[in-house]
Amino acid sequence: MNAIPPIVPVPVPASIPPMSDAAVALTLGLLLLAPMAIAGVALINSGLGRSRSAAQAMLGNLALIAVAIIVFAFVGASFASSLGSNAVVLHAAGKSWSVLGLGPFLLHGLGAAAPQAQLALLFEFLAVAMAVLLPWGSGADRLRLAAGCASAAVLAAVVFPLAAHWIWSGGWLSALGANFSLGSGFLDAGGAATVHALGGLSALALVWIAGPRRGKFPREGLSTAMPGHNAVYVVFGSMLALVGWLAWNTAGALLWMHAPLAALPGTAINTLLAASGALAATFSVTRFRFGKPDASLCANGWLAGLVTSSACAALATPLESLFVGVVAGIFTPLLVELLELALSIDDPSGAITIHGAAGLWGLLAAGLFAPQPGQFLAQVVGIAALLGFIFPLVYLLFALLNRFVPFRVDPDGERMGMDLHELGGGAYPEFVIHSDESYR
Amino acid sequence: MKYAGLLVMPAGFFLAVAALVLFPDTPRRVAFVLCGLAVEAMGLVVAVRGHMPPRGASRP
Repeated sequence: MNAIPPIVPVPVPASIPPMSDAAVALTLGLLLLAPMAIAGVALINSGLGRSRSAAQAMLGNLALIAVAIIVFAFVGASFASSLGSNAVVLHAAGKSWSVLGLGPFLLHGLGAAAPQAQLALLFEFLAVAMAVLLPWGSGADRLRLAAGCASAAVLAAVVFPLAAHWIWSGGWLSALGANFSLGSGFLDAGGAATVHALGGLSALALVWIAGPRRGKFPREGLSTAMPGHNAVYVVFGSMLALVGWLAWNTAGALLWMHAPLAALPGTAINTLLAASGALAATFSVTRFRFGKPDASLCANGWLAGLVTSSACAALATPLESLFVGVVAGIFTPLLVELLELALSIDDPSGAITIHGAAGLWGLLAAGLFAPQPGQFLAQVVGIAALLGFIFPLVYLLFALLNRFVPFRVDPDGERMGMDLHELGGGAYPEFVIHSDESYR
Repeated sequence: MKYAGLLVMPAGFFLAVAALVLFPDTPRRVAFVLCGLAVEAMGLVVAVRGHMPPRGASRP
């Protein structure tokens, strides 16, 4: 199993060596496949919600992607400094701390930028599109479309660019290696931090602010089960996501870790192993807990394995990737249950667990298994930044946003279903919609 | 209580960053960064408790 060596990342040099034409073409090709992951997550979001909100969920996925891309193009790319090296740099303790990008607005200079910078920008566009979908799935069945779009705009304008600059564009987290001899600085080749942990933590903030679905947590007794309306969407979405994840992880290894082409098959194999190990573990846990395997939880486990691979597929050996996936697969169903039953957190898509917790675990595991000294501490500092700065910032911004664009639909709208209330028509007009027995 | 927890979390973050600057030796640096992470975890726990609806309360 150790025949495929992991990539040994090197500290980011002052001037990044240019990519060969073959690497540029390969990265572009891979990035054109990455939207499959977004499509998979969109299907999962819709399938895990109720049938009476399915069309709104799907349209919301598209609308949020559109809003995020436009806002990121206008504002966010500047703060991420995707196309330029200008930044707000603080000087403390004899070190430079690049905290915010100040690149050109409106993608000015895109045509003249080096191919590598353009590919990095494309990667960030896809990453922001994925990140904004995660809280949308958690707010299913009660989050208004306008509020979802507004939250996507906030994430794309402020929060994601901040994280992307810190981690990918020469910010202080990526410079931890050069400044403090912490390995190669914070490493996140596939977006485990900038996309998944950020999206999962945003989902937690949104769920707290919006509150649970009506009838989810009755006054007495256990929480009401509200299963997703289409397990086929969920499982097929998970399969579709695999294609995108393979592309995403290999493209990320090329772009952010400057991996040689020969290292890419190993990265792809590690991605497969992490997902497969997670699925096997979740299958076993749900079989043991409930007597039969649970389809939606198994899909959640598969996705959690993919999320962990975003952090460590390029860094770990195959055996280590399998281990990381198995651990994610074990804690995913348990944490989903804990959040719902013990902590009264209503997260229909499971994004808090799948993307938030699994993303953080993957980042930690990358530090554990990375070959260079000091990498573990760099990963811990990155996790501390996500939890201690990005999460409270998202909560504050969402709480302010909720005052101007209320997140939650009114009770009648929720009872009627988001499709009829917001779109005027359902996703399945020829189907009989059964009465809702969850209201007590 | 929920806001108190969310305010504690940045304190943990700044503790972790301060450890990088103040301690050049690895053991103390690791210890203080992990302490920062622990402070964040405590803040998260407080925030979670603050957001939990009280038992028997009227829920939406």
